[in-house]
Amino acid sequence: MPPMTDHETRPELDRLSADDRRLVAGLRAGDEAAFEELIERYHPSLVRLAMSFVSSRAVAEDVAQDAWLGVLRGIGGFQGRSSLRTWIYRILVNTAKTRGVRESRSIPFASLGGREGDGEPAVDPGRFRPADDVLPGAWLSPPRSWDGLPEAELLGRETLEVIDRAIDRLPPAQRQVIRLRDIDGFSAREVSELLDLSDANERVLLHRARSKVRRALEDYLSEDAA
Amino acid sequence: MSAQLEPLPCQEMVELVTDYLEGALPPADRERFELHLAGCDGCTAYLEQMRTTIRLTGRLRAQDIGEDARAALTEAFRSWRVSE
Repeated sequence: MPPMTDHETRPELDRLSADDRRLVAGLRAGDEAAFEELIERYHPSLVRLAMSFVSSRAVAEDVAQDAWLGVLRGIGGFQGRSSLRTWIYRILVNTAKTRGVRESRSIPFASLGGREGDGEPAVDPGRFRPADDVLPGAWLSPPRSWDGLPEAELLGRETLEVIDRAIDRLPPAQRQVIRLRDIDGFSAREVSELLDLSDANERVLLHRARSKVRRALEDYLSEDAA
Repeated sequence: MSAQLEPLPCQEMVELVTDYLEGALPPADRERFELHLAGCDGCTAYLEQMRTTIRLTGRLRAQDIGEDARAALTEAFRSWRVSE
C-alpha cells in the first residue's frame, strides 16, 4: 500500500459525498480523468453563469478557464466545508467579479442589484379589475390552466427555447439567481452565499425572473392555442 | 377560520407566489394565501403555471463543452500537474 498523504487523512473531507471525495482525491493525485469529468459536468454552465458578469461570451469562456486554474491551485487546501460543486462555483463567481471590475463594466453583481426591477409587476396590471371596480384587483383576464397541454409540447425544444431566450433577456442579477436556483438546482441558502445576497433580495430577484419567464411561456403557449 | 382577515386581491396574490413557494410567508399570510386560493380558479391556474415554469426551466441544459475549451483546459491541467 502506498503511504497515505496528508490530504487523505484530513478529517474535514468526511463531510463530502463519496463522489466528491473521489474527485478531490483524483485531482490531488493529478488524475486527468477526474478533471475531465468535472469540466464535462460544470464548464458549460460556468460559462453561462460568467456571461452575466462580463461583456461577451469570449470573456466568459476565459473567466471560466481562469476559474478552473483557481480550482487546481486551490484543491490541495480545499477543506470540504461546502460541496465541491459549490466551491467551484464560488471560485467562478469571484473570478468573474474581478474580471467585471477590470472590464470596468457597470457591475451587475446580484448583491448590488438586489433592487433590480423593484416595482415591476409580475403580471400586466391591465389583466386585473381597476381600483374603482367593485372587486378591485381581481382577475379580469385570468390565466388559463396548462393542465390540458400535452407533456410532449411542454417539453418540446421550442418551448425550452422560449424559456432560454426569456432568461437571456433578464437583467444580470435576475439571470444569475434563476440560473443557479432553477437550472443548476442550488438551494436558496447556497445561492445567497454564492452571490452574497440577503434571503429577501434573493427572493425578489427570483420572483421577478420567474414571473417574466412565466409570462413568456404564457404568450407562447396561448399563441399556439389561438 | 380567519373571517376578519381582509381578502387578498388576485393582483397581490401574484406578487406573493414566490414567497409562498419558498416557504417565506409568515403563517397568517400563508393562511390568507391558501384561503384565497381555495376559492379562486384564476389564482390556482396562476400558481400551477408558476410551478410548471419552474419545472420546465429545470429541464434546460447548457450545451456540451466545446472542443477548443476542452483542449485548452486539458493543456492547463497537464502544465499544472508538472508544476505541482
